Amino acid sequence: MAGVVIIGAGLGGLRVAETLRASGYAGEVTIVGDEIHLPYNRPPLSKEALAGGVEVADLEFRRKAHVDDVTWKLGSPAVTSSIKEGTVTLADGTVLHFDALAVAAGIRPRRLPIPGPQAGRVVLRTAEDARELRAALVPGAKVLIMGAGFIGCEVAATARKVDCEVNIVALDAEPMIRPLGAELGAGMRRRHEANGVNFHLGRTITAFNGTDHVESATLDDGTVLACDIVVEAVGSMANVEWLDGNGLDLSDGLSVDDAMIVEGTTNVVAVGDIARHHNVLFSGPKRRIEHWNMPTETGKRAGQTLAALLAGEEVSQAPFSAMPSFWSDQYSHKIQSFGMPGNATRIEIVSGTPDEACIAEYFDDSGLVGVIGIDKTSELAPYRKLLMERG
Amino acid sequence: MIKVTIDMDKCQHYGQCCFEAPDVFSLDDAGHIVYVAEVADDRRDDVESAADVCPMQAIEIS
Repeated sequence: MAGVVIIGAGLGGLRVAETLRASGYAGEVTIVGDEIHLPYNRPPLSKEALAGGVEVADLEFRRKAHVDDVTWKLGSPAVTSSIKEGTVTLADGTVLHFDALAVAAGIRPRRLPIPGPQAGRVVLRTAEDARELRAALVPGAKVLIMGAGFIGCEVAATARKVDCEVNIVALDAEPMIRPLGAELGAGMRRRHEANGVNFHLGRTITAFNGTDHVESATLDDGTVLACDIVVEAVGSMANVEWLDGNGLDLSDGLSVDDAMIVEGTTNVVAVGDIARHHNVLFSGPKRRIEHWNMPTETGKRAGQTLAALLAGEEVSQAPFSAMPSFWSDQYSHKIQSFGMPGNATRIEIVSGTPDEACIAEYFDDSGLVGVIGIDKTSELAPYRKLLMERG
Repeated sequence: MIKVTIDMDKCQHYGQCCFEAPDVFSLDDAGHIVYVAEVADDRRDDVESAADVCPMQAIEIS
């Protein structure tokens, strides 16, 4: 019996397995992970786990009793697959057969081809990445962060807590500008600057210098910044190469329908960061949403789909509806968002100012599409309700 | 009865649990989570959902 193979042992893969069992599927479930760990929570990797004292075992997700009988194949990524034959081959040579496949392989950090020494250039995605970076974050260490998105900014805040010197180099005009917009982004920049972070915005790194290990970086305006370690946080790539050769469009994750079934297939679902889907709450093209809550939302739907499919029942094509949400902790500040603020064409600050506790509303042609609060968590619930009513 | 516990060392008061089980979890005026520690068995699905969506994974159920 071939059963369900889930590629990806993160939050999305776990939710698919849980929902399969909760929906009554009793067949074989195999979860494949490229890391050696059982599913764990990644957000603390740029915060608590980076500051010290938190190990990966502390971050493991609570696993519900009904997934005790799934088979875990950890530490070996999928390398090739044939959807037609119903097989996936892992790096260690194992060939797994499936009746249905769930793609929950997630994303990995994008690396930029910049000349110079490689040693001292790190990314932050896995528990091992966090451990490596944590060892380098000692008082006085010169930390250079590429990218001013959430990971870059959270690492900056953590590094300042342990008294590192921090420079951020980013092409964007303000930190976190795509979701926050320029005004709130500038407010967050000033909070970082007040905490001692130096920004080099609108700039790129043209070369790293040093003999074996990175010692400095040269920017496109000729500035040279000394550094002991470089954290590269410049976006991500979907882990879909192992699906090559199946005739799927792999250019931007995987396009799925409302049931999370991958376009062009009948027995393959995709979830989490790599699933490009419609959302009945927000108009526009299908999108991948790399927010923490989406693997749960898409994973539960995909699990229901597979359970119905494998029981020979009709798969629900009800419109997919999920409220995207993100959170970020930087210093003592909490940013929280609901909806799709990145889609906005107009932003209105309705409470406070960008330099203190504030709420901003985000609009496009269809009306309110998102809300972001800085240190205003308790006042956002009515906005979430308004956004839910868009469906 | 289901026993609910929030690890207050982990909880960051994001309030995501309040949307899943508003009768069990809520935010007070100061923005801190307050919750009912013992709930009826028929609330299990919503309490499980609340634990699932906690970004800090701070909710324990037994």
